[in-house]
Amino acid sequence: MAFLEIEHLEKSFGTNRVVKDFNLSVAKGEFISLLGPSGCGKTTVLRMVAGFESPSTGAIRIDGKDVVKLRPNQRNIGMVFQAYALFPNLTVAQNVAFGLKVAGVGRAEREARVVEMLRLIGLPDKGPSYPFQLSGGQQQRVALARALAVRPQVLLLDEPLSALDAKIRVSLRAEIRQIQRELGITTIFVTHDQEEALSMSDRVVVMNGGVAEQVAEPFEIYNRPATRFVANFVGQLNRIEARVIAPTTGEIEIGGTRHMLGRSLPSGDVALALRPEALHMGADPARELNLTGQVTEVDFLGSVIRLRVDVAGNRLSADVFNRPDAPPPALNSTVTLSASASDLIILTA
Amino acid sequence: MTRLFAWGSVILGCVFFALPLIGMTEFSLRMRRGEYSFDAYAVVLADPRFQQTFGYSVLMALATILVGALLVVPTAFWVRLKLPAARPWVEFVTLLPLVIPAIVVVFGYIRLYNTSSFLPLTGSATGTNILLMCGYVMLALPYMYRAVDTGLRSIDVATLTEAAQSLGAGWITILAKVILPNVLTGVLSGAFLTFAIVIGEFTMAALLNRPAFGPFMQVLGANRAYEPAALAVIAFAITWACMGLIQLVTRFTKHTRAQG
Repeated sequence: MAFLEIEHLEKSFGTNRVVKDFNLSVAKGEFISLLGPSGCGKTTVLRMVAGFESPSTGAIRIDGKDVVKLRPNQRNIGMVFQAYALFPNLTVAQNVAFGLKVAGVGRAEREARVVEMLRLIGLPDKGPSYPFQLSGGQQQRVALARALAVRPQVLLLDEPLSALDAKIRVSLRAEIRQIQRELGITTIFVTHDQEEALSMSDRVVVMNGGVAEQVAEPFEIYNRPATRFVANFVGQLNRIEARVIAPTTGEIEIGGTRHMLGRSLPSGDVALALRPEALHMGADPARELNLTGQVTEVDFLGSVIRLRVDVAGNRLSADVFNRPDAPPPALNSTVTLSASASDLIILTA
Repeated sequence: MTRLFAWGSVILGCVFFALPLIGMTEFSLRMRRGEYSFDAYAVVLADPRFQQTFGYSVLMALATILVGALLVVPTAFWVRLKLPAARPWVEFVTLLPLVIPAIVVVFGYIRLYNTSSFLPLTGSATGTNILLMCGYVMLALPYMYRAVDTGLRSIDVATLTEAAQSLGAGWITILAKVILPNVLTGVLSGAFLTFAIVIGEFTMAALLNRPAFGPFMQVLGANRAYEPAALAVIAFAITWACMGLIQLVTRFTKHTRAQG
């Protein structure tokens, strides 16, 4: 049974509908990411769950209880903000204890919980410090401890890593995930960073224009995107325009060359998509798709070499592993790339 | 040339401000013929009317600060949080005391709250004191509102409020534990300015016939030679002490804004 249920949630600001018929069921202890571009409605959904915005219509239930009519301070929801939102006049320990004090928790228990939380976030000695004496990453960890100290039913994270530099972002997302697993707390994480969403989540909700385009596990989202938007937004994608010759056998024509895919396709012109890493260097008769083209760009990225190859007017990106015994192809040279039919994504919606 | 002009301006300013002050202070010390003394100050400080009026004005100033802070802090907070579009209007209203003379306001008060009105505040000393305090709150509004609003501008009011709400805090807790401590410097600046205004205010106190420090200074000035100068120096010292306290409070504020 779902712990957090969102049903037919809608939100309009004047005539602008920012969230449209949003539905989501979250199991207890699950880590869900709302992923999408700016203005897609993901933060609005989060704010409605927190109680900072009232839905125009729809229901939000936590553990079976409808919380739509409850004020934010009555929902027992922990929230971490992008801008940390630590109280500048309070020390780290006082910040963490704030919610406990409001809840009327006794002094001894409060102090014990603060120690436990500071240990959990790896800052056991920072209790007497003020927020301005901490780095951005430390402040965000304190914000996480403060949100967790009150033992909320649901933890909401509103782009908590966006204000941090890249290195700290990577380490902190691993820490957040570890703490979330350790406490088994149901979590909703809002981000526009696909890498964050894919690496941290049990499931990802990809949002666009106020609508949940796909709700699935990261592997599914990346490899089997449900819509053209999801395919384009998550990861890099090569788009190949093809004409279907035989829909049942999957025979197609790309730039005058025919390929037999061995899977059924819709008839007429189709847009096929391939991830850069699904393309392999060299012809391979075992793979259904062998495409020959001219190298237009070579980017050496260390462990990976990114090639851009022009195949009958389709500009394809291919990521190949760097091998010391095989130097990258020269610019303007002709290469053949191969791919399996099973890696092809047919873009429909 | 520019440097010369700048120095000229500084010297002119000093002469314009400092010379009358020095002259007044020097005059206040010449009560005893042929030598400098603090006789005028001793006379003023020993005067029971000084103690009475000064004590009254201090009490009125404290009450004004309290009521002003209780009125302004939640209002400025609410305007910033929920009614940002109303900010220009609220600012305009808070500036009105600067353009409406105190005498106009006090005559309005007397007309509205006289003994035959629906709320006869002038019918008793306590009522008149309340009326005078309300007048002072209004007079200090431009300074108090700006000081608090500047304090609020330095913090992320919306996010801090939401953070506190998510931790279970209600509005009173948010105001008392989160907002007020973070705008305390602004509130104290406003408080000291209010104190300085109330201590020297004459028009309202005189027309409402209350025993305040301002009317006492006027009465003394009309009948004595050296004592009014001594009193003016004392009032000036109080004002400067208030300014100094504002600076001290700002400098010694323990915490600072969260940095990214």
